[in-house]
Amino acid sequence: MKIPDLTELALRNLRESILRNSLTTVGISVGVASLVAMLSLGIGLQQMASRRLMKSGLFDTVVVTSRRDARGMSREDERSGPTPGESRILDEAARSQIEKLPNVSEAYPDIRFATELRFEDKPHMSMISALPESARSNDAFEGMQGSFFSSDASPEAILQKSFAEELLGKTPRLGAPEPNVAELAKPLLGKELTMVYAQRATSTDDTAASSNPANEVMGASYSVVSREQKLKIVGVADLDPESMRGPTRAKVFLPLHLAESLHVMQPTDLREIARAGDQPVYSSISVRVKNPSRVQEVEDAIKKMGFTTFSILDASRGLRQFFAVLYAFLGIFGSLALMVASIGIVNTLVMAILERRREIGIMKAIGASDGDVKKLFFAEAGAMGILGGIVGVGLGWAIGQVINIGTNVYLKRQSLPPEHFWAVPWWLVGGAIAFAFVVSLASGLYPAGRAARLDPVQALRYE
Amino acid sequence: MRGTVAIRSENLCRHYRMGETLIRAVDGVSLQVPAGEFVALLGSSGSGKSSILNLIAGLDRPTSGSVIVQDRDLAKLSREDLAKYRLYVVGMVFQSFNLIASMTLAENVELPLRFAEVERGKRDSLAAEALERVGLKARMHHRPSELSGGEQQRAALARALINQPKILLADEPTGNLDSRTGTEIMNLVQSFNQDLGMTVVMVTHERALAERYAQRMIFLADGKLVDDRPNTPSAVEPSLQGGRA
Ligand SMILES: Nc1ncnc2c1ncn2[C@@H]1O[C@H](COP(=O)(O)OP(=O)(O)O)[C@@H](O)[C@H]1O
Ligand SMILES: [Mg+2]
Repeated sequence: MKIPDLTELALRNLRESILRNSLTTVGISVGVASLVAMLSLGIGLQQMASRRLMKSGLFDTVVVTSRRDARGMSREDERSGPTPGESRILDEAARSQIEKLPNVSEAYPDIRFATELRFEDKPHMSMISALPESARSNDAFEGMQGSFFSSDASPEAILQKSFAEELLGKTPRLGAPEPNVAELAKPLLGKELTMVYAQRATSTDDTAASSNPANEVMGASYSVVSREQKLKIVGVADLDPESMRGPTRAKVFLPLHLAESLHVMQPTDLREIARAGDQPVYSSISVRVKNPSRVQEVEDAIKKMGFTTFSILDASRGLRQFFAVLYAFLGIFGSLALMVASIGIVNTLVMAILERRREIGIMKAIGASDGDVKKLFFAEAGAMGILGGIVGVGLGWAIGQVINIGTNVYLKRQSLPPEHFWAVPWWLVGGAIAFAFVVSLASGLYPAGRAARLDPVQALRYE
Repeated sequence: MRGTVAIRSENLCRHYRMGETLIRAVDGVSLQVPAGEFVALLGSSGSGKSSILNLIAGLDRPTSGSVIVQDRDLAKLSREDLAKYRLYVVGMVFQSFNLIASMTLAENVELPLRFAEVERGKRDSLAAEALERVGLKARMHHRPSELSGGEQQRAALARALINQPKILLADEPTGNLDSRTGTEIMNLVQSFNQDLGMTVVMVTHERALAERYAQRMIFLADGKLVDDRPNTPSAVEPSLQGGRA
């Protein structure tokens, strides 16, 4: 029989016992819906998590320090590899070399120093750090009042909320509600801050070279000049971009280029200045990797260059593992429902054979081959599978929408930003329908074979 | 056409094993049916008439012996080829009509054409033509349950005819009908035999019916052929002869 005829006859037969076949199809739909719901929740959560993580910069950043700097961020490999004496200096040459490594999108120095800031003639001490242009998309600046730096070299500053409080003379009380960032920002945005800092003057004296520069500090021939820089407050950040840095976290942020051009005295300068000559020397460099999965490669390459690296790679690997397990788990649970539904198909078709014994006998008597009968039952199973699959995908999608909307209503009540943690990609739609179809055909295997083997003489013998 | 053998069986046996006992439903039957002949298979209930007809129809396989229909040894055909044989070579009608209840008459009649993979347009016209032949064209969109027994059997005849088979096998086609509608059906069967030149093998236990329509009568008892004779007027009782004229 031809496919259109098969389809037509199959649909007609399904209509004949509409209630039973509808219920079977609903069973498949529910199975498919649960599969789709489970998987799209998993996919959505992973997409959300990786979106967040990419934005946070935590998982694609490698922090590079020189091995000479024992106080740096290095917590691993301290006993292995080259001894501090043989290690390289983390200077501009090293930075540009790192930046040229494959899979590296940027490598920028971590400029970080504590200094005095004057606001309305009152001095305040704060840790200051420089931000590269790419930090603009960082999650930490979500909900920020004002705007990001207008350019990478403009004399502007972004304050963390707690520093804004300090400037305004509001001391946070324990148990008091979180201050509203919009209120804090209003009197500050556009105002001027004066940063007082120590500038490292260029030294051309290279006689100071020594194997132990720290002891030479006093004798080194360089000068420190006190300078002032006016900064315009352009933004007040609600979140704390450096929460993971602990006590060294900065409360005031400058554009990276501006910070570099100021040649602010940094702790490392005391030890490295004599060797580095003109070249700026960095205490640490942040390296952004294009894809979090390449972090390990990049880290290895940088270690080979003689530096110490640190990343949260292990955490991200654990996360990926978690999602792999979650997928498998959700997939198995989703499929279980479909498997139960497939037993429904087997049951329905076996019942149909018993009921339609005579009909099968008639068809055989008037010339239907075993194959025709088999195909007809397959077509019925397949039609239930496709129908159930389509309805199920729709149902699963609807369930997801409801959960998504419901959760976002909740998030809004908690005045949290909306989140899209539900994703039904097209491959899942197609895949789920195809899967339902295949499972149904597989369920039809036994009934169809049984129908095909039915002896027509026996089938026609009894009324 | 005449003179060639349409159906031939040689020492045909169909035995059923029921536990310890062996039921010899068909037990060494040898017969020949020339092409174009109208033959009646007679015998009491359980004598093996239907069993022989099913063997000729290729619905069943012999335990031993052979059935050769138009030079095909049915025992040697594959299941697939046997299905094709049923589709194209023989047409069957049954005592209980055996129409598919969920289909209209037109759909029932064209069903064999679907198995033959005939295109829809051609199917429709052939089905209409066949139903016209049995006088049911007006009822073609009705379901079997909406028709009388005689009409259902006519539709079954139209279905048996649709692939233009050379042989019609009828298993007590009037068994469920009153005598008037039975006569209608028999007249149709006879017209298939006389006008279309179909070879007809009809199972019946009504001797009168056989004598009225068949050219030859084969008598069975306990699966064995007990008599095989032409239906000549001399063999017919005078009282029935008048009805045949
Ligand atoms: N499938 C079967 N299993 C066992 N016995 C059968 C089967 N089919 C037919 N028979 C037996 O074979 C004999 C002939 O049956 P059948 O050909 O139907 O007779 P008829 O059509 O002449 O009434 C009967 O005794 C019947 O019980
Ligand atoms: Mg019988």
